Amino acid sequence: MLLASEKYLQISSGFIAWRAGAALVRLSEAERKFEEVAVRTDEPVVIVGAGHAGFQLAASLRQSGYEERIALINNEPHLPYQRPPLSKGFLEGNGDPQAVFFRPESFFRDYRIDLVEDHVVEIDRMTRKTSFQSTRSLNYRHLVMATGARNRLLRMPNAGHDDVRYLRSLADSEAIRERLENAKQVVVIGAGFVGLEFAATAAAKGIAVDIVELAPRIMARVVSPVVSGYFQARHEGAGCCIHSARSVSAIETANGRLQCVILDDGRKLPADLLIVGIGVVPNVELAMAAGLPSQDGIVVDQHLATVDPNISAIGDCALFSSHRYKSPLRLQSVSNAVDQAKCLAARLTGKIRPFDSLPWFWSDQGNDKLQIAGLIDSYEDIVVRGDPDQNSFSVFCYGDGILRGVESVNRVGDHMAARRLLAACTTVDPDKAANLSFDLKTAL
Amino acid sequence: MPRVIFVASNGARREVSEAAGASAMTAARINDVSGIEAECAGALSCGTCHVYVAPEFASLLPPPSEEEEGMLEFVAAERRVGSRLSCQIVLTDELDGLTLEIPETQT
Repeated sequence: MLLASEKYLQISSGFIAWRAGAALVRLSEAERKFEEVAVRTDEPVVIVGAGHAGFQLAASLRQSGYEERIALINNEPHLPYQRPPLSKGFLEGNGDPQAVFFRPESFFRDYRIDLVEDHVVEIDRMTRKTSFQSTRSLNYRHLVMATGARNRLLRMPNAGHDDVRYLRSLADSEAIRERLENAKQVVVIGAGFVGLEFAATAAAKGIAVDIVELAPRIMARVVSPVVSGYFQARHEGAGCCIHSARSVSAIETANGRLQCVILDDGRKLPADLLIVGIGVVPNVELAMAAGLPSQDGIVVDQHLATVDPNISAIGDCALFSSHRYKSPLRLQSVSNAVDQAKCLAARLTGKIRPFDSLPWFWSDQGNDKLQIAGLIDSYEDIVVRGDPDQNSFSVFCYGDGILRGVESVNRVGDHMAARRLLAACTTVDPDKAANLSFDLKTAL
Repeated sequence: MPRVIFVASNGARREVSEAAGASAMTAARINDVSGIEAECAGALSCGTCHVYVAPEFASLLPPPSEEEEGMLEFVAAERRVGSRLSCQIVLTDELDGLTLEIPETQT
């Protein structure tokens, strides 16, 4: 723990370096502000949201030696938990929430992370104050928006019925687990990762599954047609029926129970459970109300700082800039949340580096493991390594002749190598990538 | 309840007990053993729950799957003979006293 005077010296030297432009890493406005505020106050770093980003930030701040107060605002009545198992293992398992909590209660006690179970209703930037639903309030030294995203809602009659469910929270997963006990016919709207993971889990239980997708192919926004086609065949092979380029026009109920879903072509799909996975909306309202620029996400720079030097944003809610990509982007993934949290923890403890982590994703669907390194959105050419018929292949996507992203299906080694290659902006000759006898590690 | 002994890179030992059927990764997480990040929550996708299995236990474990092998090639710390991913180690009564050393880094 530094004395205030020592901190002041540090700031002073920082200023000199910044003024002289001599330091390799210039202190950003936000960093200097944080240090200045830190000298003046014993107020906590307030983290709004206890999902992957919020939890990781609290943990990483402590790991980085940050000793001042941390308040982690959690708007759910559980310890902070991991979301990936909710659409897979937790649905299959014994339903013990212990299996999904990041850490036991003792962790938060031992590391002096104040878990505040409440909802933030207002941020006053002038007085650096957060107000809660419970009428409590808390002043902050630095405020971090880790508010995540919420499910986009289906809007039509009966969409609010008890048998129509979304899958995002632990409570959602628990409710769906319970319903799966007796479900015979499930309809899933939206063939994204979560919808398909759930579909595979339900099909494995012997439940009849229909999947309705507006786009002409499944996972259209995030994977190549090769991977879409492979997973379409795999889900169909597991007994799912996929209705692409279709939408739901009505939900019918009878005697208080869900009866069927009617598609835009008039087809009726009987259902006793409907799972909706049609995308998410970032939780930006709090930030917007506080006057922070927000579009499809809270706008932050490459240091994850908003226009207010006392406020940062990380995870699913942050629209960030990175030297890797031309335009700002918002990502919904565990790795993005964790990496941004670590980057911000480093900045708040004096180790400033721009955020430039490579995005990566995974989705376990049935017995297949899909892993994606980079973004599959700006490519013209692909080469396939391995054999989809053997359920083991990777798709290397090239744009302007440069490797942009790699999708791997049941090829963990390819994925890990691709992550290293792409992180280092190293490209691989397409002919070599396609050649199974070529060891990708030699390209690193 | 099989016991698992986690040995930190500085030599500090921590003994925990967890129900058979749980993974060694879960045992570490539930009991707040530091040094096992488990970023992907046991989906065999991140390689951040790497451990070194003590030699006397290594032969008692089923060998790693092809996927785990693929992941172990890229763990952050040095890969050694006893390197495994703790999310893939299922605790059993036979493994009582399983001793796992935690590497210095996971990322």
